[in-house]
Amino acid sequence: MRYLLRRLGHALLLLVGVSVLTFLFTALAPGTYFDEMRMNPQIAPETVAALRAQYGLDKPLPLRYLSWLSSLLHGEMGFSFAYNSSVAPLLLVRARNTLLLTITSTLLAWMVALPLGIWSAERAGRLPDRLLSWGTALLLVIPDLALALGLLVFSVRSGWFPTGGMASVGFEALSPFNKLRDLALHMILPVMALVLSTLPLLVRHVRAAVADVLNAPFLLAALGHGIPKRTLLYRYALPAAANPLISLFGFSIGVLLSGSLLIEVVMSWPGLGPLLLEAILSRDLYVVIGGILFSTFFLVGGNLLADLLLYLADPRIRTESSAR
Amino acid sequence: MQPLLKVENLLKRYAKGSLTGAGEELLALDSVSFTIFPGTTLAVVGESGSGKSTLASCLACLESPTTGNIWFEGKDIVKLGERARREVRQQIQLMFQDPASSLNPRWSVFEILVEPLILQRKFKHEEMKQRANSLLERVGLSPDIVEQLPTELSGGQRQRLAIARALALEPKLLILDEALSALDCSIQAQIANLLMELQSSLGMTYLFITHDLAMAAYLADEIAVMNRGRIVEQGPAEKILKQPQHETTLRLLAAVPRITRATRPAVEQ
Amino acid sequence: MASVLEIQDLHVSYRSREGVLCPALNGVSFTLMPGEILGVLGESGSGKSTLAVSLVRLLPGNGEITRGAVHFEGKDLLQAKLEELQQIRGGRISLIFQEPSLALHPTMRAGEQVRQVLAAHSSQGKSGLNEGTRQVFAEVFPEEADRISRSYPHQLSGGQRQRVLIAQAIVCGPSVVIADEPTASLDPATQMEILGVFRTLRERLDLAMIFITHNPALLSGFADRVMVLYGGQVVECGPAETVLASPRHPYTKALFQSIPAVSDGRGSSRKTRLPVIPGDSSQSSLPRGGCPFEPRCTERMNICREREPALVNLGESHVVSCFKYEN
Repeated sequence: MRYLLRRLGHALLLLVGVSVLTFLFTALAPGTYFDEMRMNPQIAPETVAALRAQYGLDKPLPLRYLSWLSSLLHGEMGFSFAYNSSVAPLLLVRARNTLLLTITSTLLAWMVALPLGIWSAERAGRLPDRLLSWGTALLLVIPDLALALGLLVFSVRSGWFPTGGMASVGFEALSPFNKLRDLALHMILPVMALVLSTLPLLVRHVRAAVADVLNAPFLLAALGHGIPKRTLLYRYALPAAANPLISLFGFSIGVLLSGSLLIEVVMSWPGLGPLLLEAILSRDLYVVIGGILFSTFFLVGGNLLADLLLYLADPRIRTESSAR
Repeated sequence: MQPLLKVENLLKRYAKGSLTGAGEELLALDSVSFTIFPGTTLAVVGESGSGKSTLASCLACLESPTTGNIWFEGKDIVKLGERARREVRQQIQLMFQDPASSLNPRWSVFEILVEPLILQRKFKHEEMKQRANSLLERVGLSPDIVEQLPTELSGGQRQRLAIARALALEPKLLILDEALSALDCSIQAQIANLLMELQSSLGMTYLFITHDLAMAAYLADEIAVMNRGRIVEQGPAEKILKQPQHETTLRLLAAVPRITRATRPAVEQ
Repeated sequence: MASVLEIQDLHVSYRSREGVLCPALNGVSFTLMPGEILGVLGESGSGKSTLAVSLVRLLPGNGEITRGAVHFEGKDLLQAKLEELQQIRGGRISLIFQEPSLALHPTMRAGEQVRQVLAAHSSQGKSGLNEGTRQVFAEVFPEEADRISRSYPHQLSGGQRQRVLIAQAIVCGPSVVIADEPTASLDPATQMEILGVFRTLRERLDLAMIFITHNPALLSGFADRVMVLYGGQVVECGPAETVLASPRHPYTKALFQSIPAVSDGRGSSRKTRLPVIPGDSSQSSLPRGGCPFEPRCTERMNICREREPALVNLGESHVVSCFKYEN
């Protein structure tokens, strides 16, 4: 238990740290949202000053941070100048869409990577294993952006999948089943891009971890006891190889999340990515901070999940943490 | 004569937490005292969990005792600073079970032997070559093997190489923590003989930690029997064997697997 | 009486990275009688561990059985199909590997590890498997069977782990157990304890056992017969008391003398040299005609270099391969 509490403490501390840092950096960045108004001769300088004062931009940084904290506690997370509403509801919708993409591709990537990696490890050094490792190496050197663009070109040419957005025109009128189908169709492309970009990394790690364990004496012993091959691979080898893979799982959530921000922009998926980009360009301060904080939150959440899984999977970590 | 090593009231306590509370403690060493004179061998004998390995790591400065003093050549190494302690550490070498398994398989014999010297940075290449050759000769290996990898050597040669490496820094005390236990009988005998030879030619001092009372009796001048962190019996090797007092000693003696005396190989004719 | 296991002329080689075949076992033949404990004595390089794994064909990828037969229950295991072999491994012939700390799965409870072995060889339902596991734990652990079955390997002592390995080996009621250095990493008291467990089990379950070790002292009072391996060949084999009390082969004799003894009146001989076998066993692994022990033998003769000695029967089924005893 103490292990988990400690991890939770670390996570909270990390979130606070990130919020302070983003606050600092956005304050250091030149210009504010209202700078462009200042250029506009139709708006009086007094109006701009009044607006700045209204949004508290003239106050010193620590005070601004405190007032942002209190707005966070009220569930607002500050105010978006561009959307003229509080940040939280704005971000929540977008975060939901991003999560949908990230979680789907994480699960899918692992569902493919695990059996593929184990299959490959079992044949370590033989032709199928070598072919697969060439394939993953090839996929690994293609930049994410090129991959996404390539997929876009492919789907535009073939016309098989919708090439952007999250819903077709007239989505609201569809029956629940067709809504789901429409959503799934729109997800195919971005999810594919994300899965393909992380898959090689995952397959290689799974293969290495399992191949390592396959030579362990306890597996030879299990073989000597006549344990059937399937049980041997999935019940013996996989759990023994699990620790580095679980840590990789937490890490992969982060990779997919940041990958997702990019893919969203390219494929115009209405997630955090396009919003964040837009906000940065227009210096919509609190949206930027909120967006970064949300992403950090997911990242930390992913690693916390990995820690929890590790705790559940390895009895040695459990005793170690209770012995402390 | 001044003792090389003098241990006084050594005590090592580990906190042993549990789910119910952190109050429990484990006494790994409990008022352990002994002295070793230069050129002699003390064997510390005990069952697993008796604290003998903790003793070894305290003496080799790998762990600090909770209380107590360790005098090495008149200096209390428990109280030494980090730098002075590093110097003492060269004088006290530790060898673990199957020492040959700790040889880097990708290094040549030469690299293995001179690595401790390189860390010292005061030898030229030519000097190191000479040192490596004389080390090999000292442990009964031919200097011809300096270019070979440990994997190309036989089991006995690897053990000798491990000893040569331990001798590279010319230590005064060699702590052998079950260093012979995992070896084949014939190699065990060869290495035991080598240790004796080195003792008479270089005046080496050994602390021999083992659960094998027979080998202890063979190698040591004095034997200390440990049980649950305490030394329960201590004395000249012969006396411990012939008139064992403590029940731990009796138990260890009874457990020595032996080809019984009657069945010891009768030399033919 | 019919034997349970009969090994004929077993040859095993390992292929080196350069593709050269290096012989590890060179024509080993023996039989194992029901309920018998056969002690196999050998040092590293003698081929003793190769023997253990090649009987059920668990050699590593570069190992090859080049000749021979292993007859068990009417089949030649070296010709058997892989599915048949899987049923025999752990079901009819069990292996106990050295290093109990490495031979157990680190994150699986002890009970589960035994249950999996039973599950692999029986079609019983869940309750049957659990009951079978419980029984074998009760047999191996007179006390605390339940607690230990719920424990993970790292929570157990060396002796307890060894007992879990024994439980795995006997849970399916095999007729042969092959144990490779099962006690090497334990301290002497625990070693004796585990040997005791083997002895009781042998009597209770009528097991035949191949007990492989480098320590001759362990076999005295434990094994029924002793077989000495050197350089991949049987150099001596016979009833345990005879071989241990009056070894005939020069290697066996020299090996026994190199072990320091306690309380045998030689107390004053302390700090004298132990008698050792000159050279080391790697000299025998070269392909050579002649006797494998010849380069190290103190009693060598000219003939020893010219051809391989055959096994000579000294009576009472005590055989030795040395020219000294021919004619």
